[in-house]
Amino acid sequence: MLDNAIRSNRLPAAPGVGYKPQHFQQILDHAHPVAWLEIHAENYMGDGGRPLAQLRHLSEQFPISVHGVGLSIGGETPLDPDHLARLKHLVGWLNPASFSEHLAWSTHDSHFLNDLLPLPYTDATLDRVCQHIDQVQEVIGRQMLLENPSSYLAFEESTWSEPDFLREIARLTGCGLLLDVNNVFVSATNLDFSPQGYIDAYPLDKVGEIHLGGHDEDEDDHGRPLLIDSHGREVVDPVWTLLDYALDQSGPKPILIEWDTDVPDWPVLRAEADRAQAALDRVPA
Amino acid sequence: MSVSQTTFHTALLDPSQAVPDGLVDASEHPAGRRFSVYRNNVAVSLTEAMYQAFPVITKLLGTQNMDGLSGIFLRQHPPTSPMMMFYGEAFPEFLAGMPQLSHLGYLPDIARLELALRQSYHAADSTPAPADALAVAPDEVMQATLEFAPSMRVIRSEWPIYSIWRFNTQENAPKPQAGAEGVLVTRPEYDPAPHLLPAGGADWIAEMMAGQTIGQAYENTSATTPEFDLGATLALLLQGGALTSVTIERLA
Repeated sequence: MLDNAIRSNRLPAAPGVGYKPQHFQQILDHAHPVAWLEIHAENYMGDGGRPLAQLRHLSEQFPISVHGVGLSIGGETPLDPDHLARLKHLVGWLNPASFSEHLAWSTHDSHFLNDLLPLPYTDATLDRVCQHIDQVQEVIGRQMLLENPSSYLAFEESTWSEPDFLREIARLTGCGLLLDVNNVFVSATNLDFSPQGYIDAYPLDKVGEIHLGGHDEDEDDHGRPLLIDSHGREVVDPVWTLLDYALDQSGPKPILIEWDTDVPDWPVLRAEADRAQAALDRVPA
Repeated sequence: MSVSQTTFHTALLDPSQAVPDGLVDASEHPAGRRFSVYRNNVAVSLTEAMYQAFPVITKLLGTQNMDGLSGIFLRQHPPTSPMMMFYGEAFPEFLAGMPQLSHLGYLPDIARLELALRQSYHAADSTPAPADALAVAPDEVMQATLEFAPSMRVIRSEWPIYSIWRFNTQENAPKPQAGAEGVLVTRPEYDPAPHLLPAGGADWIAEMMAGQTIGQAYENTSATTPEFDLGATLALLLQGGALTSVTIERLA
């Protein structure tokens, strides 16, 4: 099954986890670890050493999803050609099952900010993002998936809803989409819209992968809840419920558990993946 | 009101600036504290990258001082690439230029050592020369030239940087004593480790990297450091897998 998944160049409709080096041995020792692994592209762009050795080893046994966090696809300035070349190299030798990036920007004026920053949903942004996605897909020679962000604020100038904006990008560029269900829940709470309504409007037929992660809770200036996407704890129950809602409409999809800060011991992460499997089990194929 | 990335970027990095007009909450009120989430994410993620990159400097200065210094450094030398694994190359020079740190003259060289360990960790893999590569007649050894592993690094210092590094990373390490120390970083398999070089060792390796034969480099090094121990230096390189090839030019 794994071999077929690799050859067909797609992730299996099963749970995967974000790979952390501290889990390397447990993943290899485990009889039934997870169906696939996701890595952050930028951590595997060095020349050699342990990160690349581990990745080579894991890629022989698991479909790998490469998830970029540094391309700045929504940036007003051109994409960094050096970074694109590094990505082409990684995707070239690894031949991963999937490549995805974010609807966000992180670099301005050659200054990398190490965070995913928000975009106004306007025609100008649409043109720019589509140009950048065309360029990425051209350089790496394959389709990419684009992920919906977590939003803490909105732009007055926006003229598109986020689901419509993503649908139009997918239509114009042929890219697929990565639906982060936690991000939908975070944005819906922060910007006071219905998360189910968002899923209803979302082009689920374009979804090649689903993300789930934990978030933190804070308050804004008016004492209203402000959720912060932190990937530092368990996925909360309302997000699992929203996942069920999405899967009922989309059918089974590859589901990733993201846990990037305060990384837990393997059994805790594995339990989250088991819960994702249970969510998949109740969906007719 | 449209908000350009230039406007967003400027306000992001300067908490004294107002939140840009045109950023709002669900009720169209100004975004206020919501904008601080981005300010905080950027500041925290970059400061944490500095802790991870320079753990011994962080320990020597304390996290509070490191926070302050990182804040200034990040403004003066923001990351210019998403390759955060290599961020901080300018940090040693930055530390050297801070007058309030001039009483801690060893800090820049400790930062160089920490950078070298990180560069070594991510350097290209290589195959060490066979253990008997130098098991030839002594006059032939003197004719040999060497190639080194991409993961090898050499740091020389007027300060006892190896002893300071060890004192701050290993339990029961002896207290550092004043004196110059050269450090060799080698990476057998995947874990880089620093080693104290014999006096003159760093000079000799520099000569070898410039393409000298072992004999020429030995003569030049001994002229300034008579006590230079060639055997001990070669042993460190061989044990650390830092020699990748030995070429002996035999006379026809």
